[in-house]
Amino acid sequence: MASIAVYIEQRAGTIKRASLEALTAARAHTTDVVALVVGQSDTDVLARYGATKVVQLVHPLLTEYSSQAVARAIAQHVTAAGYSTVFIGATSQGKELAPRFAAILNAAYLPDCIELLPRPDGRFNVVRPLYAGKVRATVEPLTERIVIALRPNMFTARPVDAPTQLTVTTFEPTLSESDRRVVVKSIERNEGKLDVLEADIIVSGGRGMKGPEHFALVEELASVLGAAVGASRAVVDAGWRPHGEQVGQTGKTVSPNLYIACGISGAVQHLAGMSSSKVIAAINKDKDAPIFKVADYGIVGDVFDVLPKLTKYIKVLKQSAAS
Amino acid sequence: MNILVCISYVPDTAAKIGVSDDGQKLLLDGVKYILNPYDEFAVEEALRLREKHGGKVVALTIGSESAKEILRTALAMGTDSAAHVASTTLDSYGVAVNIAAYARAMNADLVLLGRQSIDHDSFQMASTVGALLDVPSISIVSKLEIEGTLVRAERDIEGGKEILEAELPLVISVQKGINTPRYPKLPDIMKAKSKPIETVQAQEVTPCTVFRSYQVPQQKRANIILSDSDADIAEFVRLLHEQAKVI
Ligand SMILES: Cc1cc2nc3c(=O)[nH]c(=O)nc-3n(C[C@H](O)[C@H](O)[C@H](O)COP(=O)(O)OP(=O)(O)OC[C@H]3O[C@@H](n4cnc5c(N)ncnc54)[C@H](O)[C@@H]3O)c2cc1C
Ligand SMILES: Nc1ncnc2c1ncn2[C@@H]1O[C@H](COP(=O)(O)O)[C@@H](O)[C@H]1O
Repeated sequence: MASIAVYIEQRAGTIKRASLEALTAARAHTTDVVALVVGQSDTDVLARYGATKVVQLVHPLLTEYSSQAVARAIAQHVTAAGYSTVFIGATSQGKELAPRFAAILNAAYLPDCIELLPRPDGRFNVVRPLYAGKVRATVEPLTERIVIALRPNMFTARPVDAPTQLTVTTFEPTLSESDRRVVVKSIERNEGKLDVLEADIIVSGGRGMKGPEHFALVEELASVLGAAVGASRAVVDAGWRPHGEQVGQTGKTVSPNLYIACGISGAVQHLAGMSSSKVIAAINKDKDAPIFKVADYGIVGDVFDVLPKLTKYIKVLKQSAAS
Repeated sequence: MNILVCISYVPDTAAKIGVSDDGQKLLLDGVKYILNPYDEFAVEEALRLREKHGGKVVALTIGSESAKEILRTALAMGTDSAAHVASTTLDSYGVAVNIAAYARAMNADLVLLGRQSIDHDSFQMASTVGALLDVPSISIVSKLEIEGTLVRAERDIEGGKEILEAELPLVISVQKGINTPRYPKLPDIMKAKSKPIETVQAQEVTPCTVFRSYQVPQQKRANIILSDSDADIAEFVRLLHEQAKVI
């Protein structure tokens, strides 16, 4: 079977889950999964999630991250090794990097893949959402080479039964200073705050929370669940919550295992950002709120009344599970 | 500074979009089209940069004849000129090739785009155009400062904020929050109506991808809606734990 190359994204030495998801997805279709990493990486983890080979891209100009330089390096290696298919997690970094090396490679770029459709010729068509998820399309690549960006959390990262003994090789690309005219100078972390893009569970609040001071109720529920806090645009525009928390068409597109919408009506632009969540729960006092149409579980009630109880019951559940 | 700002003509976010019974066609009749919301930020940013550094701003769209409508909006907001590439058959790659060709011809120092076009939400154009021009690109920028040829940009990433540095020439896609787009005033709207729009011959490009079929997603949701009684809230927790197994 044809090999699949998977770009591995790391931050501060940790491999992103989206990359492990891409490895697992690749391993489901081939026994030859090549992990492409910049510099060093935890090869045990790569093997556990399905990699059979690791190629380290090594060059002095790659020490400071530059999408321009990394794209060039990947393109050179993919050309040299002759891979026809490259997978990448559609994270912030992945969405910027992938179209760049795809263009250098003259490869079809297939963004935001939520389902892989393997073809008899060993290649793939993909399913992707269009128009904020109102429609899905089956997309067929027409080029020899393809680059597929997998939407995070749509494919499950799963360890393989018997990890393969990995072969680790290095590839030294030919790069010059002109390949890194853009560099990341620094990263400011939101300390101690889980980002909606990385959370398994998101508890979001909307205008029904009535004011910024009441978001403590949302935060408490999020805290017992180990969840990130999200928000509708209405509350971000009102200045109640920071920009980074906005979920929806003009905010972030998320697909957590569980999305709990509190006092959110479920406008189409909000749904655009969260409708691919695995499970959707909603609390709203209006039984006709559109959010209930897409919800798996709902409570018709007042958030001020329901949230404290819900937090309490879940605390009890967590305690009994822990003891 | 020569700035090219690329804008796309897209169905309004609230538009209903259907699929024909055989799954071969999108049903877009009667849909209202608008200037892609993110591209308003790109136009605004271009105008602010011109106010600060001088130069000219050209708005470009690739699309149907009716897409010229959004070029009028850009002109009314204050771009120096507007250009239209008439084509409805290009895929994203083909659009990028045409943007890159125009940028090269006008000797653009900066190409500004929106972070995503809300029809296909591909998030790819900045990187693809950057690669084709062989200049760096920065996507989803929420703060931009330019001093001479030195560029400093900020953007949100998972769990934080990234600060990047680059040099012109450059391709940048922008995000909500970078500025507040101006509303064109009535006299400007009137004036924009009579300004010429340059027509550019489309460069035909063999597509890299094709849409084979469309479906309306039929996600099955359990849809269990409970009351706010204590017993129901407890049941809600039980369902999340035992049935959905997500907590
Ligand atoms: C181009 C464009 C892009 C947009 N992008 C986004 C986006 O990215 N994200 C986004 O979220 N929106 C977006 N919107 C806005 C969107 O259309 C809605 O206006 C917004 O989502 C509404 O936010 P909300 O649900 O918090 O508020 P509302 O619609 O006002 O809903 C509040 C809900 O709270 C309920 N409620 C009130 N009090 C209580 C209570 N005490 N207990 C329980 N429930 C209560 C009400 O029944 C109601 O359903 C966009 C709009 C446009 C035009
Ligand atoms: N047909 C088009 N004509 C001009 N600019 C476009 C076109 N399509 C996309 N763009 C630009 O590219 C950005 C990102 O689009 P996309 O990568 O398709 O999501 C948009 O916000 C526009 O600035």
